[in-house]
Amino acid sequence: MESLSNKKKVLEQKPLSFMERMYLPAIAKGMGITISHLFKKEATIRYPEVEREFSTNFRGMHSLKRDENGKERCTACGLCALSCPAEAITMIAAERKPEEKDLYREEKYAATYEINMLRCIFCGLCEEACPKEAIYLDGPIVPADYLRKDFIYGKDKLVEAPLEMKK
Amino acid sequence: MDSAFVIEKFILVAVIFGISLVIAMYSTYAERKVAAYLQDRLGPDRAGPFGILQPLADGVKMFMKEEIIPTSSNRFLFIAGPGLALLCACIGTAVIPWGSPVLIAGKTVSLQVADINVGVLYIFGVVSLGVYGVMIGGWASNNKYSLLSAIRAASQNISYEIAMGLSIIALLLMTNTLSLKEIVDQQHGWRWNVLYQPLGFIIFMVCSFAETNRAPFDLPECETELIGGYHTEYSSMKLGFYLFAEYINMFVSSAVMAALYWGGYNYPGMDSMAVWLGPTWAPLFGTAVFFAKICIFIFFFMWVRWTIPRFRYDQLMNLGWKGLIPLAIANIIITGVVIAIIEKF
Repeated sequence: MESLSNKKKVLEQKPLSFMERMYLPAIAKGMGITISHLFKKEATIRYPEVEREFSTNFRGMHSLKRDENGKERCTACGLCALSCPAEAITMIAAERKPEEKDLYREEKYAATYEINMLRCIFCGLCEEACPKEAIYLDGPIVPADYLRKDFIYGKDKLVEAPLEMKK
Repeated sequence: MDSAFVIEKFILVAVIFGISLVIAMYSTYAERKVAAYLQDRLGPDRAGPFGILQPLADGVKMFMKEEIIPTSSNRFLFIAGPGLALLCACIGTAVIPWGSPVLIAGKTVSLQVADINVGVLYIFGVVSLGVYGVMIGGWASNNKYSLLSAIRAASQNISYEIAMGLSIIALLLMTNTLSLKEIVDQQHGWRWNVLYQPLGFIIFMVCSFAETNRAPFDLPECETELIGGYHTEYSSMKLGFYLFAEYINMFVSSAVMAALYWGGYNYPGMDSMAVWLGPTWAPLFGTAVFFAKICIFIFFFMWVRWTIPRFRYDQLMNLGWKGLIPLAIANIIITGVVIAIIEKF
């Protein structure tokens, strides 16, 4: 039948020529190729000791930011949780007491803030949704762990270190 | 037989046995490293500096694994198989001349366990026994893949033994002896047999790839078709024995190739070295040269393995019966004619 696309190509298997039946020239050629790779630089990166450089817009572990006075920016509005396609974020909001004025920027804050790192797909939508610029995916790769419960990161792991500790 | 002789031979046997086991152990490491470097990777580098403790870690892993003997297997033969494979691999080292006699503490010590006058035949006998380990293991597993693999191994080894034997006959026409020691001594200095028998060497080398079940002739244990072949049902150290036997076989056939064709412990300029180093160190240097040649051959085995894909079964048989055997016979005829002409004139 005539081919409609004109892309059909009939392959014919010719019997091997004498040189090809000797195998040795082809083997010598192949071995030349493999030995040339012995002297090439290996592509491996010894991961725990050496880390690959990431691009500037790499999205890694989340961090909850503080403002210039060291107060937590998050106001527990829930937009990040709402925007999250994997439903990885949960939080409980609370009202700030007068003596906690130096800890939180506004009257409402997140008492608990949890991200399930196994659910998270690192899409960065929470970062885009946040009106307070409180969450950024600017951390390293989320480390491996043994138990599922250990992948639910609370505020202890997510919130940025306080200002004086940073200095 | 005096006791000094027995002790001397016993020490020699122990040393050679230890060396061949260590070389086989580090061949597994070298194989992985060579594979890695040929593929632009790093290979094992976690256990110790550069991963040199990897063989020990592998050994511990093998010993600690659960040992499974299938209920439908033939228990005695199932256990005998790997033992036979390892035994046959190890006893081949007995007739290989590792070096010329060494003067130690005023006593000349031969570095060959047994200088029997049919050394070449002994090697052939041991090598052909080696297939029994594979056959018995494959049959006793009572697994169709293992059985197929055992049949493949048997027919492959029988086919290539013929070509191997014929290729060695041309060599024997030249050397007039079956003793490995004499064959090596005849290749003094630069008169290596490979220069007179290049075709014979190539045939012998291809056949020894097939005899040791190494790629590209590793049909008995191809993972994709036979899910591991004859050692599908094996676990723990019995599997380790099979894998180990393969590397010892590789070591022994490298040693045989180096001894028969590449001059063994002979090297150019050995006479002046013998005067310079004295009767103790010169033979030991020769032994080191021999081991260097063996290591080059082992590297060559690995290099080939990571270059060439596996042959199809009909290609294997065609190459053996229609390619190598006629070539080997032609080699015998040419060698015989040339020797006759030289002796006539």
